[in-house]
Amino acid sequence: MSDFLIDVVLILVKLGLIFGVLLTMAAYLVFAERRILGRMQLRHGPNRVGPFGLLQPAADAIKLLTKEDFIPAGADKVIFFIAPGLAAVTALLTFAVVPFAPPIELFGRQVPMVVCDLNVGVLYFLGLSSLAVYGVALGGWASNSKYALLGAIRSLAQLISYELSMGLAVIPVILMARSFSLTDIVLAQQGAPFLLLNPPAFLIFLISVVAESKRIPFDIPEAENEIVAGFHTEYSGMRFGLFFVGEYINMVILSSMITVFFLGGWLGPVLPPIVWFFAKVLACCFFFIWTRGTLPRLRYDQLMHFGWKVLVPLALLNVIVTGGVLLWIKG
Amino acid sequence: MNLWRDIKGTVRPFWITLRYMFKKPVTIQYPEQKRTPSPRYRARIVLTRDPRGEERCVACYLCSAACPVDCISMQAAEREDGRRYAAWFRINFTRCIFCGLCAEACPTLAIQMSPDYEICNRDPMKLVYEKEDLLIADGGKDNEYDFYQHAGIGVANPRGGNEDEYGPVDIKSNLP
Repeated sequence: MSDFLIDVVLILVKLGLIFGVLLTMAAYLVFAERRILGRMQLRHGPNRVGPFGLLQPAADAIKLLTKEDFIPAGADKVIFFIAPGLAAVTALLTFAVVPFAPPIELFGRQVPMVVCDLNVGVLYFLGLSSLAVYGVALGGWASNSKYALLGAIRSLAQLISYELSMGLAVIPVILMARSFSLTDIVLAQQGAPFLLLNPPAFLIFLISVVAESKRIPFDIPEAENEIVAGFHTEYSGMRFGLFFVGEYINMVILSSMITVFFLGGWLGPVLPPIVWFFAKVLACCFFFIWTRGTLPRLRYDQLMHFGWKVLVPLALLNVIVTGGVLLWIKG
Repeated sequence: MNLWRDIKGTVRPFWITLRYMFKKPVTIQYPEQKRTPSPRYRARIVLTRDPRGEERCVACYLCSAACPVDCISMQAAEREDGRRYAAWFRINFTRCIFCGLCAEACPTLAIQMSPDYEICNRDPMKLVYEKEDLLIADGGKDNEYDFYQHAGIGVANPRGGNEDEYGPVDIKSNLP
């Protein structure tokens, strides 16, 4: 009984830690993104609030909280309220299966550094990333606005299309690791990370992940300048901020997924595992930001063509080839 | 091949942005770093004085006539020696567009644009400048110029007695 209680407490502590770290990371990713993009454009970026502008996230939060919170007439209020939360929560939930480090000894107990080591962790991740679509769909629908609805449909089409190639790019990883568990996938990369063993899968996964996190060059869901923003057109204040935070949490999650699937998770020489894990995640986040500073936004038809005519066939081909090669090695 | 060109065009910009990230930003951080505007910069308007320290303004209304937004108003008055001046002179900087037409129109170089651009204020009434606020103790851009030494009624010299002036014409004897 006491064993069970200790387990529950440990899980709660881990959840609290993840919650805190993830939200702080999301807030500071926004800041880091603005600073890095600024430097890429020969500007400084936000540097007024606090030393080096480090209090900028707090200032942003105050601004968002004190802004007028507008609810359109005829909006479906309940759904309008929960849609932004849905976007953030589905992203947060994914972190339950991400392993940060190998299990550690604590007071003579084995404490796994993952909230829940599901043996179908990959499926859980894919399932939740499909659920994230609901935040977009409901947000656009509940706004009672044609623009938001059309924007939501546009975003949904993109998200669902790229989810396919994302799922297909994970299959070779599962084939090579012979497991659906994220911990086993990391452990299977002790020889060499899957990035080196299967670069096409990595590239396809990376591109679909960028699309999945609704970031440039696939940020059609936003596109404030050319077409009305999209599913979050009618949102303001902290409600809009929640969509925004969700996007950045999603970015962290997807970065850690890249790390787990292709970069060997916590594995690495010299440094402690958790440092390796965070370094890899942050490197992926930097790559996202770098991409945003570099590439222009795709046109919508180009985006769909690329997803369906290039990424999905390539991913399928990669599944077949990887499977064939694995069979050949075995036999 | 087109595909090769596309891949190159996608990958190469990454190197460029990375290189630019380590360059020094060109931003001027305003409250700490200030640039000296060029002499012809058009900001806060001032009223200048001639070399002898007298007000240059003769209240001819040309500046307020030239002003496209009607932000200049004044009342003309005359001193005992015949020298004209503005009894009051008012510029409403909330309306001023800093076009410089007033300074162009001024025959006495009295009204001039200065490079002082820091006149922002939260209270619009504080941006209505009276003559006391506008008048400076200096000649501004052409310190030596004195209108009454070249034209105008006999204030500095008797009528027509200025260096580049002819004497007054006697219309009764000006026969062909």
